[in-house]
Amino acid sequence: MSDEATGTGEDRPDGVQPVGMQVQKGLFGVTDSGDTSGFGGLVQATPFGAETPSTPEPLGGYFDEIVGALRELLGDDVTRAVVVDRGELTIHVAPDRLAEVCRALRDDEGLRFELCNSVSGVDYPDQRNRLHVIYHLTSMTYRRRVRLETAVGLEHPVVQSVTAVYPTADWQERETYDMFGVVFEGHPHLTRILMPDDWEGFPQRKDYPLGGIAVEYKGAHIPPPDERRAYK
Amino acid sequence: MTTTENSQDAYAAERDTTEGRVYTVTGGDWDELVASVDPVSEERLIINLGPQHPSTHGVLRLVCELEGETVRSVRPIVGYLHTGIEKNLEYRNWTQGTTFVTRADYLAPIFNETAYCLAVEKLLGIEVPRRADVIRVIMMELNRISSHLVALATTGMELGALSMMIYGFRDREKILDIFEAVCGLRMNMAYVRPGGVAQDLPHDGVKMIREFVDYMPKGLDDYEGLLTGNAIWQERTQGVGYLDVSGCLALGVTGPVLRSAGLPWDLRKTMPYCGYEEYDFEVPTHNGADAWARYLIRLEEIRESLKIIAQGLDKLEPGPVMVEDKKIAWPAQLALGGDGMGNSLNHIRHIMSQSMEALIHHFKLVTEGFRVPAGQVYTAIEAPRGELGIHAVSDGGTRPFRIHMREPSFINLQSIPALAEGGLLADVIAGGASLDPVMGGCDR
Repeated sequence: MSDEATGTGEDRPDGVQPVGMQVQKGLFGVTDSGDTSGFGGLVQATPFGAETPSTPEPLGGYFDEIVGALRELLGDDVTRAVVVDRGELTIHVAPDRLAEVCRALRDDEGLRFELCNSVSGVDYPDQRNRLHVIYHLTSMTYRRRVRLETAVGLEHPVVQSVTAVYPTADWQERETYDMFGVVFEGHPHLTRILMPDDWEGFPQRKDYPLGGIAVEYKGAHIPPPDERRAYK
Repeated sequence: MTTTENSQDAYAAERDTTEGRVYTVTGGDWDELVASVDPVSEERLIINLGPQHPSTHGVLRLVCELEGETVRSVRPIVGYLHTGIEKNLEYRNWTQGTTFVTRADYLAPIFNETAYCLAVEKLLGIEVPRRADVIRVIMMELNRISSHLVALATTGMELGALSMMIYGFRDREKILDIFEAVCGLRMNMAYVRPGGVAQDLPHDGVKMIREFVDYMPKGLDDYEGLLTGNAIWQERTQGVGYLDVSGCLALGVTGPVLRSAGLPWDLRKTMPYCGYEEYDFEVPTHNGADAWARYLIRLEEIRESLKIIAQGLDKLEPGPVMVEDKKIAWPAQLALGGDGMGNSLNHIRHIMSQSMEALIHHFKLVTEGFRVPAGQVYTAIEAPRGELGIHAVSDGGTRPFRIHMREPSFINLQSIPALAEGGLLADVIAGGASLDPVMGGCDR
C-alpha cells in the first residue's frame, strides 16, 4: 500500500476516478489475482478499430434508391461510407453536411423522411473520431428507415445541428451534448438536459466511470458494479 | 395615490440612495404604494410548477410565464428522475439488461423489455418461438390497457374527476393481478428475455385473462357514462392542447397524440413486429387533435387491445417459450412453488447433484452471459405513448456497448410549449396530461 490517499479524488483535476476503457485482456477482467483459465495472455481485437468499410453495391431493396437519390442531389462525395447490416441501412456523412443531407432526405419527393425518430451518441474510444452521432429517420410515406451516422474527434467535437430541419432533434441533441459533449452548431440553446446544469464531465463517454459505492451485506463487501470481478 | 411634488407620504418615506430609490414602509396601504411606484402596464408573472406537484404527472417542472390567466411561455424542465439506465446497461450482461430497461417507463414495463429484447434478438439473428411471440403480444396489450387506464385515471384526477381515478386504478389492479400470476411481479417484471419469455403462462393464466377480457368492456362503458357525456369534462378537454399532424411530425410526437390528429400511424400496422400482422384490429383516429380526441382514442385503443388479446389467446398453442439454443436461453427454469415464483427444484437438483456440465453451463451463462455479434440495430415498437425505439450497439462482447432508448415520453414532452402557449394556465395541466408523459421513461 502506498501512503497516497485513495478515494478522495483530490489528485484528479475533476474529482473523478478514471476507470479507463474496458480493455479486453485475458478471459476474465481480473487484475488482482491470477487468471487460471489459461487465456491470461489473450488480447481481443476490438471490432471498431479500423475505418468503416462500405458494403459493396448493389445494396439491395430500397437502399440503392435512397443512396442514389442522395448522391444525385448532393454530389457523390456526400456519403463517406454506406453500410448495410442486418437489413438496416447506415449512411456515414461528414459532420458539417448533416443538415443539408437531412433537408434533402426530408424534402425530396422520392425520399420523404418526415420523421426524425431518434438521435443518439456512441463513444468508440479506439477511434480517432471517437464520438459518433446517429440519427434514425423514418419515411412514413414509403415506410422506410435510414440511419445517418457521423463521427467527430475530441479536439473539435462539433456537429451541425438538424433542429432547423427536424425540430424534434432539439431535446435529443441536448441529451447527446449532455452525455457525450458533442457540440451541435446552430442549436438554439444547447444546454444540459438530464444532468444538473453545473455537472462536470460527460457521463456516457467510455472513460467516464459508472460510479457507485461498495455495499456491505452480512459482513461481505460488494464493490460497485464497475469494479466487480467479471467476465469481459 | 395622488401626491403632489412636495407632499411626503407619512407612512412610506422615500429617499434616493446609490442603489436606487428606497421606501420605508411603516404602515398604511401596501397595495396603494405598489400601485403608485410600479405602474407596469404589462404584468407578467413567472410561475414555477413542480417538480413535485400532484398534477404534473411525476417530477416534471414547468416554468410558465403568465399574463393574467394566459400562458405566454412554458419551459418544461426534465431530468429530475435521471437514473443512468443507459450507462448502467453497459456494465451488465445482455440478459440483465431487461431488469434495467423495464424500470424506465414504469407504466409500460413489458414494452421496454420487448423493444430491448427485439433489438438483442436482431443483433443475435435469432427468432423466438411462436408461443413466446403470442405471449409477448398478449402481455403487451394487457400492459397497454393498464397504462391507458392510468392515463385516464390521472387525467381524471388532474381535471377534478376523482371517481375516474378510483375506477381506473381499480381496473388496472386486475391487470396487475394477472401480471403477478404470470411472472410474480406487478411492475418491473423482467418477464420478456432475449430469446423468449422468462416462463410459460401459469395453468390458470388463460382463464384469468379471459375473465378480464369479459369484464373490461363493462368498465369502459362505465367510464364513458362517467366522462364522455359530462359537460365539465367536455369543457375541460375539447379544443384544449391542440396539436395538428404537421406539428406532431415536426416535434416527433407519435402514439395516441399523433393518431388524435388524424394520422393512422401505428407501428403495429405500419411496421409490424411480434406477428402483429396476423391480428385483426383497427387503428382508431380522430380529427380533433385536442385532449378530448386523445381521451377518446385511448378508450378506443383499450377496446382494440381487448380484441387482440382475445385473438392471441386463441392462437396460443403448446410449445416452447424460449429459443432452443441452450447457449442463449436462460437456464434458470423458474417455477411456481407454494411460496410464489422461484427456482425450479428440479433444475437445482439437476445442476447440483446430477450433471457437472449442467452446473458449469448454468454458471457460465448466468455470470458471463452470451456473446452478441458486433454491430448496431434500431428496433421500434408501438408503446402506449408512441414509438419506443432501442438503438443497440454491440462490440461482440457479453455486455451492451451502448443502448439508447428513444422514449416517447421524452420526445412528446417537447410539445408542451406548442400545446399550452396562448391558452389558460389550467389548460397546461389538461394538455400535459393528454400527452401522458411518464417521467421514469423521459429521464431514464
